[in-house]
Amino acid sequence: MIKTNASLAEQISNISRRDFIRGFALTGLVLAVGIPGVSWAADEPKFGRDGMPNGWVDNPLVFVSIAEDGTVTIVAHRSEMGQGVRTSLPMVVADEMEADWSRVNVVQAYGDEQKFGNQNTDGSRSMRHFFMPMRNVGAAARMMLETAAAAIWGVPVSEVKAIFHEVHHEATGRILTYGEVAQAAAKLAVPARSDLVLKTVDAFRYIGKQSNKLIDGANIVEGKAEYGIDVRRDGMVYAVVAHPPAYGDTLTSYDDSDTLKVPGVLKTLTLASTPPPAVFNPLGGVVVVATNTWAAIKGREKLKIQWKSGPNAGYVTETFRKEMEKSATSQGGKILRSVGDVYKTLAETENKLQASYYIPHLAQAPMEPPVATAHYQDDFCELWSSIQNPQAGVDTVAHWLGFKPEQVKVNVTLLGGGFGRKSKPDYMVEAALVSKALGGKPVKLTWTREDDIQHSYFHTVSVEHLEAAFDDNRRATAWLHRTVAPSISSTFDASSMNQMPMEASMGVVNVPFDLPNIQLENPAAAPHTRIGWYRSVANIPHAFGVQSFIAEMAHHVGRDHKEFLIELIGKDRKIDPKTLRDEWNYGESPEDYPLNTGRMHAVIEHVTNKANWGKKMAANTGQGLATHYSFTSYVATVVEVAIVGDGEVTVPRIDIAIDCGPQVNPERIRSQIEGACVMGVSLALFSEISFTNGVADQNNFDGYEVARMNNGPMEIHVHIMPTTDYDAPLGGVGEPGMPPIAPALCNAIFAATGKRIRSLPVRYQLES
Amino acid sequence: MKLNINGKVHSVDLPMDTPILWTLRDELGMTGTKFGCGKALCGACTVMLDGTPIRSCSTPISFAENKVITTIEAISEQKVGQAVQQAWLDIAVPQCGYCQSGQIVSATALLRDNPKPSDQDIDNFMSGNICRCGTYNRIREAIKVAAKNLEATS
Repeated sequence: MIKTNASLAEQISNISRRDFIRGFALTGLVLAVGIPGVSWAADEPKFGRDGMPNGWVDNPLVFVSIAEDGTVTIVAHRSEMGQGVRTSLPMVVADEMEADWSRVNVVQAYGDEQKFGNQNTDGSRSMRHFFMPMRNVGAAARMMLETAAAAIWGVPVSEVKAIFHEVHHEATGRILTYGEVAQAAAKLAVPARSDLVLKTVDAFRYIGKQSNKLIDGANIVEGKAEYGIDVRRDGMVYAVVAHPPAYGDTLTSYDDSDTLKVPGVLKTLTLASTPPPAVFNPLGGVVVVATNTWAAIKGREKLKIQWKSGPNAGYVTETFRKEMEKSATSQGGKILRSVGDVYKTLAETENKLQASYYIPHLAQAPMEPPVATAHYQDDFCELWSSIQNPQAGVDTVAHWLGFKPEQVKVNVTLLGGGFGRKSKPDYMVEAALVSKALGGKPVKLTWTREDDIQHSYFHTVSVEHLEAAFDDNRRATAWLHRTVAPSISSTFDASSMNQMPMEASMGVVNVPFDLPNIQLENPAAAPHTRIGWYRSVANIPHAFGVQSFIAEMAHHVGRDHKEFLIELIGKDRKIDPKTLRDEWNYGESPEDYPLNTGRMHAVIEHVTNKANWGKKMAANTGQGLATHYSFTSYVATVVEVAIVGDGEVTVPRIDIAIDCGPQVNPERIRSQIEGACVMGVSLALFSEISFTNGVADQNNFDGYEVARMNNGPMEIHVHIMPTTDYDAPLGGVGEPGMPPIAPALCNAIFAATGKRIRSLPVRYQLES
Repeated sequence: MKLNINGKVHSVDLPMDTPILWTLRDELGMTGTKFGCGKALCGACTVMLDGTPIRSCSTPISFAENKVITTIEAISEQKVGQAVQQAWLDIAVPQCGYCQSGQIVSATALLRDNPKPSDQDIDNFMSGNICRCGTYNRIREAIKVAAKNLEATS
């Protein structure tokens, strides 16, 4: 059954179907999630929303209901974590159905992809994949309302028109409200997709319009919005888990005698450890159950636990970095793409350049840590959680409880941030197992910040090595890029040592550079912790290496960075991603989503113009440029830095331009890009996870620093490339703003100081 | 012991070292105040204690004896708090919204004591409140909008 297989692929989220079939079908993952084998290898390739597990649904009866008082209720089936999807997708429905937004109520779907279509809120895909289905939903609802009103009046449907929550019969001036026709409309057959008449762009009320209204805004500012951590159930108890210190460590024994003396502690119990690969399985450990979270935390502090060291207990990041640097500077590894003869060109050229860049592990650290509430009953388990991927929650919990998916219900709350961490439902499994162990008591299981930062599904650690050769005209003739980083696939297959096509297609293979000699290599790298995905994923290290190196190349040959960058990208053209050995292309069709260098060129021109690129700068200040294509959107940024005091980097201004195709909710696009600038500055200047003996050295926001108001960018100017063609393919928004920030910032530091930063974060590197 | 929260007295039977945060959230079901770090590093749990913004995750209930706790649930009862909330909505500050309870309580305390804060004042006062979504620039702007609106109506 396609559906069943699809929900298996859902488990691995960002990973494309093809990667999955090739890389994982025969591994333990199939058994780990308890779903039978894969049969869609022979299917025709499907792209975009068609290629996603459980595809898409555009049935208005699933998404829309209208009460007699006219209140329109629209189902939001994607998870809200700050990107505004609970506002933006229902707004599309409301617009097409001519509903008055002030009379729209949004309800969140529970996890059920057979009913709602794909719900895995990840990969900057929600609007890209569901703009059209939600337009269909709204248009069908509108047409059903019109048909019902026409029948009531006994007039041809062509004479009636839905206008702003009412149906009008212009000839007679008669009007029926949506509430009055709702019941009759709901009994009608849903129009065939081919019969739907969509609005023309000039008739849009909300799509593409400026609006600051957020569906959850009032609840948020009043403290009434309900996040996963806010869920309360009758008779509920509270739990925290002492997890094994290193990935793969296991519990030997523990003494809870002091724990049980803590007032409020009810009991302790154990969760079995699962050996790597982690997949979405719980890490295991000792659970403390109490009458409130604080008592559980206090009780956990009093546990005396003996752990048995596992395979990663010797992981020291500093040592591993040296190993990765050695691989990155030695010829070899898996060849990702080869054009001309780079090695020969390098050997025969005198004028050349090389550099290596280091990007550390990162933790997503959403402000709400992972948390889930579970209520196990004999043949059913209900959960409430902040989860990006509710179907994975259903499937993984069902597997662990020995249930069928229909015996598990996952209610999706608001997410207090996600950034990829909450795509992995390991914490939901913990809550379900604890509720079961307590004989069916509802339990809220909370990760403390220490749990979150020490046991994340970490962003990988990378070394990017680049080399280039130049001719006598100061033009590049050869490009070598070796990328070394443990792969996300290692979290699903412990033997995986190379980047997947998905990761390679995040800015290594799909560089459009117009050069006669290109060599792209991926030496092996072993995983030593749970490697996950973090907002914009492998684009972070790849863009940092590539966009820093291009600035270094321009400087090396004494040319303006912008001019050199545009020359490297080459003339405006549409490139078939397959010709770049981009086998992934963000899951999108190569025909609809070619790599369009004209759009890349345009965002560079636009942002440099807005930022007044090349303007005269004061001492210790500088501008830096970078561009990056990701999640099918084109972004370029100019970051301005000022170095103050003893080498402290401040960011007075960021200009950033994005071409994401048609824009549905420009205000939320703007806010997402602003947020990406701040998070980009966080990882550029402050954030790092390092390991000693398998244990993360950081455990809270003191060691794991992130941008704050006093050290983030002072001004952010977002420039959205205008479009009027709403038939054009949409691009992603949540992630593409991130990758170019760190390289642009470090290019600016070079402009300000002459010091080249090749290792993130910058932190104290400029101090004398 | 007795706790005065938002003008209402609640009796709680908890160890005196229990943080105000978990008393509010788990014991009294007032979940508007958020847990972020447990170490007074992020400000998500900010409430007022006799008008002073404090990190409730690291302040035991013993400190609240004979004092008044004000949480996000009652911030709209203060003129400044209401103006801050309105400014937050007007320029669409929140993204995920999780940290915003703490941000709004902090901003209210700032504007109450400093009705015309400079950028530097805002940055200094608000730098204890982390937002991972990166809404800082809008927070700064919203504080200025609220200040202006308060000045206009005073």
